[in-house]
Amino acid sequence: MLERIRAFFTARGVLEVETPALSRAGNTDPHIHSLAVSSGRELRYLHTSPEFPMKRLLAAGSGDIFQICRVFRAGETGRFHNPEFSLLEWYRVGWDHQRLMDEVQALLAWVLDGLAGWYPPRRVRYRELFHATLGLDPMTADRDMLAAAAMAQGIILHGAGLDRDESLDLLFAHRVAPALPEDRLTFVYDYPASQAALAQIRAGSPSVAERFEVFWGALELANGFHELRDGAEQRCRFEAERGRRRDRGLPDVAQDERLLAALDHGLPPCAGVALGLDRVLMLITAAGRIDEVLSFAWARA
Amino acid sequence: MASYSTNEFRAGLKVMLDADPHTIIENEFVKPGKGQAFNRVRLRNLKTGRVIDRTFKSGESVEAADVVDTEMQYLYNDGSHWHFMDPQTYEQFAAGEAAVGDAAKWLKDQAICQMTLYNGEPISVIPPNFVELRIVQTDPGLRGDTASGGTKPATLETGAVVKVPLFIEEGEALRIDTRTGEYVSRVK
Repeated sequence: MLERIRAFFTARGVLEVETPALSRAGNTDPHIHSLAVSSGRELRYLHTSPEFPMKRLLAAGSGDIFQICRVFRAGETGRFHNPEFSLLEWYRVGWDHQRLMDEVQALLAWVLDGLAGWYPPRRVRYRELFHATLGLDPMTADRDMLAAAAMAQGIILHGAGLDRDESLDLLFAHRVAPALPEDRLTFVYDYPASQAALAQIRAGSPSVAERFEVFWGALELANGFHELRDGAEQRCRFEAERGRRRDRGLPDVAQDERLLAALDHGLPPCAGVALGLDRVLMLITAAGRIDEVLSFAWARA
Repeated sequence: MASYSTNEFRAGLKVMLDADPHTIIENEFVKPGKGQAFNRVRLRNLKTGRVIDRTFKSGESVEAADVVDTEMQYLYNDGSHWHFMDPQTYEQFAAGEAAVGDAAKWLKDQAICQMTLYNGEPISVIPPNFVELRIVQTDPGLRGDTASGGTKPATLETGAVVKVPLFIEEGEALRIDTRTGEYVSRVK
């Protein structure tokens, strides 16, 4: 698998890079938990993805780049999750998320070669998919409508209620993704603007985040963005995420000032995507659990 | 009271839900790469046996249930309750019908059972996998009778009725698998 990936990018003139696994800044996303490591004098964070330093390389004029690395996310253990896992992340200068989806499809066709029957993949907007599955518009439905939909679907939530985005995630994870066709790829794109993460928002009514995810059946394989380039907007998003962390009583995380400086200097227009390689290996080997494709899973590491 | 966070969830963990003790049967971690993580959990109510599905926001905590599984020796039945003793501490426990349930028909004096205690009270009793019980009543086997599939009913000393081969006679002791309620062999 790794040989095929490297051959794919070599043929397309994309440069392989390495960036530090330990950084002064962490991931401010309140849903992703960085592992902190003491270096003796200071605390450093293990990267949850190599996104920020790779964008610094792009801003410095690297051109198209890819990286294969281990990343770390605290608390993610399950049938499809291991706190330490492998990501393939790559960036294409001058591309948007639509064009990058074509390349993800080409890469997976090459890597999953021989996996019968999965072609062609389906492409669908988040809004249409959500509506087709649940009869509800995810862009306009309010919190109460989403809560009622979850109730009607028989999803019983323990404890306090969810905010609007958490409700969307609940319905997507419990009903929308499981209804995707089995044993084939689905590209879901143009997410609600409130779920932009690091994607550009395309103005309109409603505005949408130029973000996509790739699923195999219900299993998420990749997440990509037409990348946000506005440093001021990125700073606002970091600060909003840190605010949400405070509201939930989560530890504050240092935001990446060097990334912000790079964006202010100028990130070229680009699209980037991160692909979970352990899950791809699960498909190739028909494994039912991520533990089966890891040398030593978290519990035995 | 102790509590468990969702990242400690695993099969067999005992937690309080809707004021009843439950045991976790399955725990599935569901997380979109960029969104809220959930634990989709299947639980069994330890009092009623009912199985339910619940979704938890990952990171939430739930109260631990004071539930202990322990070995108990069966002593006697007083007409309304079944009395057991902890062979380690000699402490005695009286279990009602709701806790004993189907186990009652396999209980013989001295048998070592598995008991589940909730807040110190018995809520379920599991008999030994195999018990040896004597037949108190069965009809004489009729030679050549194959219409009944080669078996006949036999009533055991505890009142349970099991199917036995035709050659088995009244007064004999049998080995029974309590999980299936089936005859295993004669006991000499």
